[in-house]
Amino acid sequence: MSKEKIQLCEEFASIMPPEYQELVESATYGKQDRGWKDIGSSKELIEQHSLCAGCPESIAFRYILASLPNPEDTVFVGSTGCTSLVFPHVAVQNIHSLFGNQNAIASGLKRTLKARFPDVEKDVVVLAGDGATVDIGLDMTMQSWFRQEKFTTICFDNELYANTGGQESGLMQKGFVAKMAPKGKSFDKVRLAEIAREAGCAYVAMLTVSKPNRVEEAIKNAVYVAREIGPTFVQLYTPCILEIGKQSMEGLDEMKDSETIGGRFVQKEFITEEAQKLIDSIKVETKARKKSAKDAAKAAKSG
Amino acid sequence: MNKPVGTQKRIIASKHVKLGQKNAKGQTYTDINDIFYNTEQKPVFFTGSEVIKEAIRRASVGTSVAYPITPQSEAAALIGELYAEGYLDEYFRGESEFAVMGQCAGAAFGGHRVFTTTAGPGTLRAMENFPMWAGSRLPIQVCVTCRGINSPLSIQPDTLEIHYLLETGMLVWHAETAQDLFDYILKGFIVAEQPDVHVPIAVCCDGFFVTHTKDTVELPSEDLCLTPYDPYKSPVTVMDMESAPIRMMRDPFVMKSNYISYATHASWQQEVQSAVERSRKHTIPMLDGLIDEINTDREVLVVASGTAVSQSREAIRLLEQEGIKVGLVKIKTIRPFPKEEIRQATKNAKHIFVPEFNIAGWLAREVKAILPDNERVYAGPHVAGGMTMPSEVIAEEIKVHLGIKPSPNRRRP
Ligand SMILES: Cc1ncc(C[n+]2csc(CCOP(=O)(O)OP(=O)(O)O)c2C)c(N)n1
Ligand code: SF4
Ligand SMILES: [Mg+2]
Repeated sequence: MSKEKIQLCEEFASIMPPEYQELVESATYGKQDRGWKDIGSSKELIEQHSLCAGCPESIAFRYILASLPNPEDTVFVGSTGCTSLVFPHVAVQNIHSLFGNQNAIASGLKRTLKARFPDVEKDVVVLAGDGATVDIGLDMTMQSWFRQEKFTTICFDNELYANTGGQESGLMQKGFVAKMAPKGKSFDKVRLAEIAREAGCAYVAMLTVSKPNRVEEAIKNAVYVAREIGPTFVQLYTPCILEIGKQSMEGLDEMKDSETIGGRFVQKEFITEEAQKLIDSIKVETKARKKSAKDAAKAAKSG
Repeated sequence: MNKPVGTQKRIIASKHVKLGQKNAKGQTYTDINDIFYNTEQKPVFFTGSEVIKEAIRRASVGTSVAYPITPQSEAAALIGELYAEGYLDEYFRGESEFAVMGQCAGAAFGGHRVFTTTAGPGTLRAMENFPMWAGSRLPIQVCVTCRGINSPLSIQPDTLEIHYLLETGMLVWHAETAQDLFDYILKGFIVAEQPDVHVPIAVCCDGFFVTHTKDTVELPSEDLCLTPYDPYKSPVTVMDMESAPIRMMRDPFVMKSNYISYATHASWQQEVQSAVERSRKHTIPMLDGLIDEINTDREVLVVASGTAVSQSREAIRLLEQEGIKVGLVKIKTIRPFPKEEIRQATKNAKHIFVPEFNIAGWLAREVKAILPDNERVYAGPHVAGGMTMPSEVIAEEIKVHLGIKPSPNRRRP
């Protein structure tokens, strides 16, 4: 639980790039209550991104990386798509192998890490686009849930295939005119959150990334529940502003519109009883820990 | 059975901290040289599938992922029994060969020694994974028990699928017998995992002929096993967050159309090819050469791999009875392809026959591509679709081609 693994050898410290130096100095690896509020005051685990300016995927990445409970023992599994342009800049180990096989990779990886490190909690987190999660990879996505593989699946739902130029995807809205859907998409947006619940996910959340505290909570819940209970799924609306014809500053409004009453992304959660108990107990623990830390700080001040 | 390999040839050092220690099953981690050459080998009469199980029992495998397809289903299920007995850390049935190869990749990225089996349509279903394994430098072993891939559906022996594996960046070895299969599986792990190799390996055998027939195989004691895979000798980072997570690149190469990007991809492809070539130096002592030669001073030679070798041995015996002298080259590794060895072995030959169990004649093409005066190479006989290739057929075709016997297909005037 520390920055031990990234420490610099003194002799070579001066030649290491500044972004690495900053990671050593002020990244939040090992900080127990790390969260989105660290953004701005500590080194983030994402260096840059090569997404379109204003792409909500970039802010989603920042919130997720700030919220992971244990980045020093987390491995990401990605897939081909806009997200794969970001992973090379991320200071958490990550695997890109093929398009759509992310949950198969994560299944093998999680089991191996469990076998190799029986006493360390190694979190595996899948992060892939909607095309990868639902269309080409749905079989492997669902099978990993059926098998109760203990890792978290995050889907960046931008309702189309962004990286290949805006083609129809299963999570696209019905009627939307896109490449390869020249007359408009003919069937409904796939109800992935419900599918996840039925397929055996112990914790499911669907939301936009307009509110960082909500993203933080969903990610933490998903990772904790995956550790103890079973598969978890988080679907995040990260609109592809490029392909839906929005300006770089319009992403936030688009997300806010979609989450108002009657919208496609009104926040929803499906939580099993067992998972809810775990989440509640963690909340109680965290609260107590924060309170005692506060009290200790107060006592130190007055004493 | 294979030619015995001299013990004087010390193979590569598979020294590992665990050498000599016992695992949870009470097996002693033993150097591969000692397993094969310095301990007693006892004969057993087993099917090829059982031999695969016995190899894996001694292989210190971390993860195996299974999926049913004839003719490998039995072997894959037997490995499940080993898992149930505690010989492997992880084993499960995947949902398709494409997924299985991904699950294998995940396990290998995480630092396990990984073994799986597939065949025919399964090999082709999985295909996208193989170059990915190689490019990611994952030393996974897949045992390919070849069968037909054509439509209408066939489950019969046919080696066409090996053709598709040749440019994947994997090592491709082709076992002739169950003994080869046992040896290649264990030795294959050690070669593929060398830090200067570290690419996947396909150990191929001819389905049914090897998997479903019984043969006498000499096995080392089951109290011995390979030293475990050491993921920290990998030339690329193990994905376990035990080392610093570095920022890999400023501009992901995938999206850049510039020279640096092209050069990166090209040089990585070259590096994977070179890694396959570098395996030669470890494989030569391990398999006693990439080819076996018998009487290669003769003017007529058969060059073959897999069970076509066994059939040719018998054909050569039949021809010998008629006073026709034929030599033999057995090719053990298809990748790396033993170019120089084959050139040398065939330098005096006037006629080179390449019998094969597939319609394409891919081995004949490979041989033709590397030989001077390649009109000497006769691509045949071929059988396909599960047909057997009786030794008489090979002998016959050799005689016809040499003009010793008239062609049965020749039209009468
Ligand atoms: C086997 C295979 N098929 C198709 C592609 C092409 N491809 C690359 S990215 C992509 C779309 C990705 O869409 P999504 O998963 O929604 O991610 P996004 O780019 O929208 O974030 C496609 C079709 C591929 N790389 N591999
Ligand atoms: S194409 Fe769309 S999803 Fe991809 S980076 Fe640009 S705005 Fe974001
Ligand atoms: Mg998408």
